[in-house]
Amino acid sequence: MSVVIRASGLVKRYGDVVALDGLDLEVPEGTVLGLLGPNGAGKTTAVRILTTLLVPNEGSAEVAGIDVLADPDGVRKRIGLSGQYAAVDEYLTGFENLDMIGRLYRLGRKPATARARELLDRFDLADAGDRPVKTYSGGMRRRLDLAGALVAEPSVLFLDEPTTGLDPRSRTTMWEVIRELVTGGTTLLLTTQYLEEADRLADDIVVIDHGRAIARGTADQLKSQVGGERIELVVESSATLPTARAVLAEVAAGEVVVDEHTRSLTAPVANGAKSLVAALRQLDAQQIDILDVGLRRPTLDDVFLTLTGRTAEHDDAVPTGATDGGSNP
Amino acid sequence: MSELLHAFGDGAIVAKRNLIKIKRVPEVLVFVLISPIMFVLLFVYVFGASIEIPGVPYREFLIAGIFAQTVVFGATFTGAGLAEDMQKGIIDRFRSLPMSRSAVLVGRTASDIVYNLLSIIIMSLTGLLVGWRIRNSLLDALGGFLLLLVFAYAFSWIMAFVGLVVPSVEVINNASFIVIFPLTFIANTFVPSENLPGPLRTFAEWNPVSAVTQAAREAFGNTNPAFPVPEVWPLQNPVAYTLIWVAIILAVFVPLSVWQYKRSATR
Repeated sequence: MSVVIRASGLVKRYGDVVALDGLDLEVPEGTVLGLLGPNGAGKTTAVRILTTLLVPNEGSAEVAGIDVLADPDGVRKRIGLSGQYAAVDEYLTGFENLDMIGRLYRLGRKPATARARELLDRFDLADAGDRPVKTYSGGMRRRLDLAGALVAEPSVLFLDEPTTGLDPRSRTTMWEVIRELVTGGTTLLLTTQYLEEADRLADDIVVIDHGRAIARGTADQLKSQVGGERIELVVESSATLPTARAVLAEVAAGEVVVDEHTRSLTAPVANGAKSLVAALRQLDAQQIDILDVGLRRPTLDDVFLTLTGRTAEHDDAVPTGATDGGSNP
Repeated sequence: MSELLHAFGDGAIVAKRNLIKIKRVPEVLVFVLISPIMFVLLFVYVFGASIEIPGVPYREFLIAGIFAQTVVFGATFTGAGLAEDMQKGIIDRFRSLPMSRSAVLVGRTASDIVYNLLSIIIMSLTGLLVGWRIRNSLLDALGGFLLLLVFAYAFSWIMAFVGLVVPSVEVINNASFIVIFPLTFIANTFVPSENLPGPLRTFAEWNPVSAVTQAAREAFGNTNPAFPVPEVWPLQNPVAYTLIWVAIILAVFVPLSVWQYKRSATR
């Protein structure tokens, strides 16, 4: 499998601010790379460099075998870009937007028109196709923007936070659309601050923070970095907590953590579902009433927190010693 | 050569997009057309009574000046339109396409010719209603209109550059006011330039806006031997002097604007 997107040592500075601090990326053909990081981590800067919109201070990049800096027009012919802010003209209709893009790709008048209609159909915008984009919802604009990126059937696609700001339903629709594209063999670089999104769509994930990669691997590899699965159990009565703890300790691969306040217990396990079944049998035999139980795998949120000491969605450091008491007036 | 063809082809597509906006937001057009009507009426009825031009009725003297002022102001649209585009997402789409790098500018300046053409038509009709007359052949008059449009086109490229440099649409509106008002008033547009005090008079005589006004006046036949043209080369040869300015402006501002567009496109 050949590498379709390659970035080496990308550095981009704005005055004193370093947006990218030596970023390396590689995306093999037909795979999806999720570039994951909080706001301001440098995700958009990286995409803008790879899509010829921005020139880096240092480093080099190659897309579809073409040097981004030496032949930007050659790259533009082969890529599609859909950004965080829908790059559509709101005074034009959906059709006029796509038709214009097709003409600017020099598809020719008739093919451009046909392609525009085809994409409107495919993205469920046929009914709205002859209405000005001004009247579109946020989700419709994003779909139109994505359609715009696909006009010339590019083999390499860049999606910069394709679902940021969308409601959950539009987000799910967008995910389906993206997954379909990937099934068709498109190589995709996707940026997101949603861990769930990277988890669902990406083959490989690069976590970036402050302009550099701080971790890479598949979602599973990253998760195993912060530990494996664990059983989470909530019991009916606090009186049964010690017994429940003893049961879990039997199957646990590490220390069992008990929270008396919420009557919940957490135990890391090595054998996943098998461990859970064993624990449940014992809990039943001991007649412990259970409110809730489950096998939980670490999320990418846990990964991010472990790697950076911060949650992904907020840029503030997690207050280490903070508790409920003390600071309340 | 093919680069030039692409610039025109892609420019035409962008121009079409700009013109669709006129159709979708007709309020803008209405506003564009009302201000020249207002100018014609204000000058004819407010100043017309106090300004005396030997041998020519003031309203005939005035119209060419108003035309020149209006098309120069029309260039502000080019700047404002570009400044607006640069802030919107659509410019990222244009930049990521393998289209000509000058198409956005070529298209914008081209669609603004349509704006200027419409305002000239409206002003002419208003002028005819209040007593302006073309006293030359229609062909001569068309030559005058053409020169006004060509001059306006060149001026659009200056404002295109300004529109790419300024950070917002508001700035360009204010900035152009400061430049365009003196340029169109320290001229022979509304009063004869020989009535102006020394340095202003020299400025007015060499001001290209004066030359294009003078050329239009002569084309429309709104002149009279009783009111001789000042003995300076630009006003004695207004068409040539206007075209020299057009050539200089285009030679400087077309490459400069394209360069600036590419530059701001990769920051």
